[in-house]
Amino acid sequence: MAPFAGYDMPVQYPEGIVAEHTWTRENAGLFDVSHMGQAVLEGPGAAAALETLVAAEIVGLPERRTRYTQFLNDDGGILDDLMVTRLPARAPGEDCLFLVVNAACKEADFALLRERLPHLGLTVLSDRALIALQGPKAVEVIAAAGWPGVAALPFMGWASAGASGGPGADLWFSRSGYTGEDGFEISAGPDMAASLAHRLLKDARVKPIGLGARDSLRLEAGLCLYGHDIDEATSPVEAGLSWSIGKRRRTEGGFPGFERIARELRDGPARKRVGLLLEGRQPAREGAEIIDAAGAAVGRVTSGGFAPSLGRAIAMGYVAAGCAAPGAALSAVVRGKPLPARVVPLPFVPNKFVR
Amino acid sequence: MAQTLYTKDHEYVRVEGDVGVVGITDYAQNQLGDVVFVELPTVGKAFRKGEQAAVVESVKAASEVYAPISGEIIDANAALEDAPALVNEDSAGRGWFVKMRVADRTELDGLMDEAAYAEFLKTVV
Repeated sequence: MAPFAGYDMPVQYPEGIVAEHTWTRENAGLFDVSHMGQAVLEGPGAAAALETLVAAEIVGLPERRTRYTQFLNDDGGILDDLMVTRLPARAPGEDCLFLVVNAACKEADFALLRERLPHLGLTVLSDRALIALQGPKAVEVIAAAGWPGVAALPFMGWASAGASGGPGADLWFSRSGYTGEDGFEISAGPDMAASLAHRLLKDARVKPIGLGARDSLRLEAGLCLYGHDIDEATSPVEAGLSWSIGKRRRTEGGFPGFERIARELRDGPARKRVGLLLEGRQPAREGAEIIDAAGAAVGRVTSGGFAPSLGRAIAMGYVAAGCAAPGAALSAVVRGKPLPARVVPLPFVPNKFVR
Repeated sequence: MAQTLYTKDHEYVRVEGDVGVVGITDYAQNQLGDVVFVELPTVGKAFRKGEQAAVVESVKAASEVYAPISGEIIDANAALEDAPALVNEDSAGRGWFVKMRVADRTELDGLMDEAAYAEFLKTVV
């Protein structure tokens, strides 16, 4: 167990990170991510109002669909990244948005929403658990556990179940995750949280997975970890997250940092987040300097480690735009020794989302 | 007769004549988890007791390994290059790190024997 964002979290279970990682890629891994922040933002015009804080298309987000975006500061830096799902409206003419944010940022995120959007209702769902079930067998496991309807959900689709038992007994399934695998994040009301976890863990195809494998899985999937790969100084364009910026919003703007983001979209950013495939097994971790063939510093590693699925070391980091093209030969400096690497497209391991 | 001695940093040194075979203990490998890389010193390099002599990288993190005794490195375990998991599988045997020439036998007195290390482990877990 280890402290993480104010919670006592399992880093690994007895089988170890590599076994947990491989199990998730081949079967189904259960992650208790209840430390993450969950909230409902609702009211008339809530979608348009949220668009003043994020760059994604939220007004046009269909009901029961989830979208990835980031809270931005006035300089176009990232305050946090989050998932937004449009829930069925509870009153005519209102928008009802379900937000999932990072544990370490949740208090600041909720304070920002209250301050900037005071006319909307913000309900922090601190009594709801969040259980992720990830891996190729996740869908069969959830179907077998009593919710066969989840198989019909598209990627980033949402459905609820059990609402007849009251708000404490309902389950919200979102076909999304943080591993690159097919899978679900399930928000569970307090009456259902423990029984859901036990029910899923009873299935022989499921094992509990700790933070260690959660990190190695997301790194192979090329996904950003807030506070490491993205932070208040990095823009979504630099981070390779331009795909999450709505098409309409690129011209209309209306979000913090629009000037910088529009400029970076037009001219290209000065630095870019890239994937680095190292030649050997020795990991280059966060903070390692990245140098070019001539030995000049061109950037820094923001996440790095050993990729169990590849049997070698991988890293992500920011490098000067001139050396960000796939194939570029760079090195990461670890304890004074340059480890040869080359820039590769992300993800490192192909994602297996349903389409 | 070989005698295995231990440090509070969970290194062991198995003393065979004037040679010490150095590695990390089973407790240490268990704490580290899956070992993916070991950076070993070059043969011929000399260390003083307590100096950082190697680095062991697990999936989780990089950890420093300190020389349990002073002396020159006379061999490094090349098998760990391709099979670092030997540290997890057989830390006391095939997962050894380096062999050192024992420079000062009096240093051995400051290390724990098997029984003392077992007692020490009770205080850290």
